[in-house]
Amino acid sequence: MKFGVIVFPGSNCDHDAWFAVNHNLGHQAEFIWHDSPTLGGMDAVILPGGFAYGDYLRCGAIAKFSPVMAAVRRFAAEGGPVLGICNGFQVLVEAGLLPGALMRNRNLKFICRELRLRTETLDSPFTAAAQPHQILRMPIAHGEGCYVADERTLDQLEAQDRVAFRYLDNPNGSMRDIAGILNERRNVLGLMPHPERASEPLMGSSDGLVIFRSMVMAAQPAALQQ
Amino acid sequence: MSTLAITPDVVAQHQLTEPEYRKIVAILGREPSYTELGVFSVMWSEHCSYKSSRLHLKKLPTRGKLVVCGPGENAGIIDVGGGYVIAFKIESHNHPSFIEPFQGAATGVGGILRDIFTMGARPIAVLDSLRFGPLDDPHNGPRNRRILQGVVAGIAHYGNCFGVPTVGGECVFESCYNGNPLVNVFALGVARKQDIFYARAAGLGNPVIYVGAKTGRDGIHGASMASAEFTEESKQKRPNVQVGDPFLEKLLLEACLEAMQTGAIVGIQDMGAAGLTCSTCEMGSRGGTGIEIELDLVPQRETGMTPYEIMLSESQERMLLVAEKGREDEVFRVFRKWGLDAVTIGRVTGDGLLRVKQHGRTVAEIPNRELADEAPLYDRPFTAPPARPLAPSCARPAIDPARALEKLLASGDLCDKRYIWEQYDYQVRTNTIAGPGADAAIVRIKENGVSVAMSLDGNSRYCYLSPRDGAMLAVAECCRNLATLGAQPIAATNCLNFGNPERPEIMGQLVEAIEGMSEACRFFDTPITGGNVSLYNETLGEGIWPTPVIGIVGLLKTAAPVTRDFKVPGRPIILLGGIGECDEAQFGGTQYAKVICNELWGLPPVLDMDYEKRVHDAMREIVAAGLAESAHDLSDGGLAVAAAECSMAGIGAAFLFQSDLPPDFLLFHEGPSRILISTSDPEAVAAIAARQGVRAARAGITINGVLAFANRDQTLISVTTGSLKSIWEKSLENQLRA
Repeated sequence: MKFGVIVFPGSNCDHDAWFAVNHNLGHQAEFIWHDSPTLGGMDAVILPGGFAYGDYLRCGAIAKFSPVMAAVRRFAAEGGPVLGICNGFQVLVEAGLLPGALMRNRNLKFICRELRLRTETLDSPFTAAAQPHQILRMPIAHGEGCYVADERTLDQLEAQDRVAFRYLDNPNGSMRDIAGILNERRNVLGLMPHPERASEPLMGSSDGLVIFRSMVMAAQPAALQQ
Repeated sequence: MSTLAITPDVVAQHQLTEPEYRKIVAILGREPSYTELGVFSVMWSEHCSYKSSRLHLKKLPTRGKLVVCGPGENAGIIDVGGGYVIAFKIESHNHPSFIEPFQGAATGVGGILRDIFTMGARPIAVLDSLRFGPLDDPHNGPRNRRILQGVVAGIAHYGNCFGVPTVGGECVFESCYNGNPLVNVFALGVARKQDIFYARAAGLGNPVIYVGAKTGRDGIHGASMASAEFTEESKQKRPNVQVGDPFLEKLLLEACLEAMQTGAIVGIQDMGAAGLTCSTCEMGSRGGTGIEIELDLVPQRETGMTPYEIMLSESQERMLLVAEKGREDEVFRVFRKWGLDAVTIGRVTGDGLLRVKQHGRTVAEIPNRELADEAPLYDRPFTAPPARPLAPSCARPAIDPARALEKLLASGDLCDKRYIWEQYDYQVRTNTIAGPGADAAIVRIKENGVSVAMSLDGNSRYCYLSPRDGAMLAVAECCRNLATLGAQPIAATNCLNFGNPERPEIMGQLVEAIEGMSEACRFFDTPITGGNVSLYNETLGEGIWPTPVIGIVGLLKTAAPVTRDFKVPGRPIILLGGIGECDEAQFGGTQYAKVICNELWGLPPVLDMDYEKRVHDAMREIVAAGLAESAHDLSDGGLAVAAAECSMAGIGAAFLFQSDLPPDFLLFHEGPSRILISTSDPEAVAAIAARQGVRAARAGITINGVLAFANRDQTLISVTTGSLKSIWEKSLENQLRA
């Protein structure tokens, strides 16, 4: 399976996502430069963590205008799986591919910490390989990860089973402990924690692989059943 | 040439002495222009020229079989095998961080990162050594708290955005840092051995290319500011502090590494202290060439900048490179891709001169070598450091050891620093195997299966009592930190923070510390491949304690690390190295003396380097054999504090001793050469220790939820691990909230 890893100027977890896919997952990852008008035949797209364009204005506010984002929008509209991690989640929200907003952490500080997430739905190409309510250990590393939306949106997310992950110990003040959400079509996932940093035992956890394995399973159901 | 008259006042304002000015006139064979005077003043500042310390720095060992590049370049380079090298160095940003904590610390990180990637190495780790005035200081507490928060936020801002993990460091509090906080930043990068770049201008006619941020009026005379004491007027120097842009630096990193791959780059240097001046004349001097530049071609942020301002600006995120003639376009293409300015501003010449033109007219013309390498050299007079009283001024207070332990764990130096390091992204690049809070940081190199262990250590309490012994103890502790995780130390970098060297007693501290560090680094086979000297850390005539900080790197095989926490109850605990010895004089530099007795006296603990090294060898063998279930070296606060730190995850320990030492000595003395290990195979550990000729005292056993110490039949301490943890982990935040 071919994963495209988008590289915005200022992305800095691009190599980490690439490494997790190539080495720890055993699939193929390629970088896609931000001014590329197409995705070049990828089976899935990852928007990695970092500080796209420095994020001096508002996280993701400039990245959404990148030429590559038009291609990502088309890819998502055609049902292709799109995974936004950390800054990637922020970009997806700014680009309108996911609802809500990510505000500064409640304590107004950057937080890097390993924590626990609860898997809230298995009905997505990102969580299908997980156990029901599986607890995943993964780190966060962000200054603006407090998920905020109006009550109606939050109710709708819950009613449509689109909250993918919740924090067990909410680190940043996110409403309803939300750590990751899906779009209506369930093919776009944004989450603040870093699955690529929890993809081998040496990193202290391999739980993040569940997300990548689910994506492989969704794309190649036949191959996995063999 | 500039028409501003050079009067004795103008010379003095540039912090140049009269003999120094005469030397300038002799070099030029004429009076300097105003621009030339500025250029000389920054290059000959203490910060850039090391004029007070150079003579003594020569005593440091710099060679070793793994050393690819020693001092004199932007960073030291060490061969780590498999065709890979690491580049690393430590630098201070003390003065700017006092004046403007956030930007001062941020640009400190930016500067050292450029030093690493200018050599072709991708930065993979940052550590920082921070020193502040006490957070509860009756007069300066609020300012100290503000400085700490600003510095930490600044480091986080720059490192996190750039994408380098901040994986460790130290944070210490003493009153002597009230007016002079210390911010020392260490960075380490990795490169393929054949891809190392040097800062040399070679090849007549080759273009000199400027890349990165535009030049503004910020940071003019930053290097000179860092070479003087602070006075009441120092806050007016805020404009001398630069403003950092980590995003631009990230682009510069990627663009430089990519441009280096074209093969069209001959030499490259970052513009740090003294900006365009330093990069041009140093590259020319190292290459034995001249450089001619036209200032009209330099990208400028503001209009109407004078040659003086352009040459002395310390605007951040700029690089200077020399490319092969005719291949400029290959270089420009890469920088264009990353959206960066890259323009040819001059060329390499054969006359050895730094020739600066503006509007086609020559505004400065100075021989590179004399400017960069023949700065004045001072053999400043020095006196032996004063002997301190060997006993405290009054009897040591009778305090319940359990209360003393709690007080120590809540004290600034020993409390949990999670509040600080959680603000740093310590994992980006997914190489961090041991991060903040560990005895040493470990970062793997994905390419060759080897991991690099790093630690920063300094102990100004010991150095206050004896600069020589203190410096040696810092080297020993740093090596011990690496050994505790199983790593073999291979090289070092140092940051020497001192007061005003023109005072003989301060100069004496500097000389003693350098000699002590030199002896220890020679002994532990850790050549110093680069570093930094920060002098004039004084405010209103009040100097800091001598604070040499050492950073040592070591190697080990990539594997799951040994960690500090006791893992399971019922495991034997071994005190590798033994209980150690102590008398009243040697107790006077301990954390116990500082926190419980509120004074320092006597001497630092006695170090037997030969014994210390054997403890390290034994420890490495124990780790390699997989015998250490947990390990933690003893340092500040001694045995009781180390044992408490091992107990923070909830598994405590019961210790039983048969010792003649008084309880406070036994529990809290800081004798070196000791490591606390829990193991399921104490016989095997003892056998290794015996073979190395070091003591391996069976000290106790791990138990659930309690930390207890007894000597013979007397219980000294018995407390729950939960109570210790809540004291330890909440203390820093409580102090900051005060």
